[in-house]
Amino acid sequence: MIITKQKNFKDLLNSVGKGPVFILGCKECATLCHTGGEEEVLAMKDAFEKKQVCVSGWIVLEPACHLNNDKRLLRPFKEELSKSKNILVLACGNGVQTITEIFGDKDIISGTDTLFLGEIKRVNEFDKRCGICGECLLDLFSGLCPVSRCPKSMLNGPCGGAKGGKCEINPEMDCVWDQIYNRLKQSGKLHLLEEIQKPKDWSKSLEMRREI
Amino acid sequence: MNFRSHLEEVLSSSKFAVTAEIGPPKGSDPNKITKKAEMLKGCADAFNITDNQTAVVRMSSIAGCCILLKMNIEPIMQMTCRDRNRIALQSDILGAYALGIKNLLCLTGDHQSFGNHPNAKGVFDIDSIQLIQIVKNMRDKGIFQNGEKILAGRPNVFIGAAANPFAEPFELRIDRLRKKIKAGADFIQTQSVYNLDKFNKWMDEVKSNGLDKKIHIFAGVTPLKSLKMADRMKFYVPGVDVPDTIYNRMKNANSPKKEGYEIALEIIKELKNNNGIHGIHITALFWEDIISSLVVETGIRPIH
Repeated sequence: MIITKQKNFKDLLNSVGKGPVFILGCKECATLCHTGGEEEVLAMKDAFEKKQVCVSGWIVLEPACHLNNDKRLLRPFKEELSKSKNILVLACGNGVQTITEIFGDKDIISGTDTLFLGEIKRVNEFDKRCGICGECLLDLFSGLCPVSRCPKSMLNGPCGGAKGGKCEINPEMDCVWDQIYNRLKQSGKLHLLEEIQKPKDWSKSLEMRREI
Repeated sequence: MNFRSHLEEVLSSSKFAVTAEIGPPKGSDPNKITKKAEMLKGCADAFNITDNQTAVVRMSSIAGCCILLKMNIEPIMQMTCRDRNRIALQSDILGAYALGIKNLLCLTGDHQSFGNHPNAKGVFDIDSIQLIQIVKNMRDKGIFQNGEKILAGRPNVFIGAAANPFAEPFELRIDRLRKKIKAGADFIQTQSVYNLDKFNKWMDEVKSNGLDKKIHIFAGVTPLKSLKMADRMKFYVPGVDVPDTIYNRMKNANSPKKEGYEIALEIIKELKNNNGIHGIHITALFWEDIISSLVVETGIRPIH
């Protein structure tokens, strides 16, 4: 899931000016991380209106990153959208740009910062799990990813800085190499770590388009 | 006046300046540089040492520059943002100045996918305009990018940048040049000129905006050595504009090498007459031995 964080309300207020603003949410990731579901969209609407900002309408898209579906869902709001000066999108960076593609003449405002691809650990707790590097190496590391979860992306880790299983750059973060070690030890596969892992092919992370 | 470098001094006089490029070798042999430098000494006021150009691993620019310094030849150190983050770049700027390098050309750099290690991760922590600004602040304000003070010696370098008059959209080219001036560039070296009409159009814009008074402009010249090279330049090298007239001359010539030389002469002569241009920058790829006769025959340098 794409994990987002809502931007500071004051900054958003500054961006939308006096409006009218149309608010878009997303029924998938942004709903699950409580940044752009129906609840958050309505809360944003209320907050704007309390500051005398005109809100021309709102909808939660299913999901915001689906171009043709967005066009279909937005069709009934033609009038409200035409009088809107700007559109606030409470979705990930991808969702925002799908909306940019639809509207040629509106100011599109991103309501969130997109943080990472991660898992929902518990309610309202999210952990990074993937760096979208284009070539999955999980098989080599007992299903745990050092590319996205080690701040140095070390393939021949661990470094010398972890303490008590925690990462040197953030003591609240588990050292993924500590986890890899323990898991391989448990399954009697520690010998896998003896092999020198070659430099990664980062060109795989440059993919910009895929067609099936 | 105290000049930061010989190059700055030349540009401050009314003399038409020349810079030329020396590509470091794909290896550790310093003689590859000294040989080229001995041949070219006197042909140019300063020599660019490239920084892993086209993303192909070569001897480092900083080392190449030091080899020239030992020969009392002034280098221009090229620095790209592809392989180093802001920490490494700032550190190398300090080091380069400490070693006597006084001219620095700030570039974003060719993408690694064009080079010989296409699987490498590109750094691109900052871009060329940000690099210019960082160098300018290190030099003039004595601060690093993070705002911290430089404690022992500011790098008093003469700052260069590149410009491509042929890139699209054309309207943005002047704005981008203005942005480089604003960031702190002292001189500009342009993309190689083959399309004089387009280049002159760009220069007219530069002059009507008064930008030639704010920055020293070197027009790029790359003599075409063969039809194969003309092919490469016209069809494969991004950002280069070889017009059909030039291409056809190369194609129909009995001796493309001779024709390429003639074309280069014509281009230099025309550039020399443009009063907004302060010099030329010659990049003679695999043809460095031609530079001497180019500058003599066009009257830029006396016969030696």
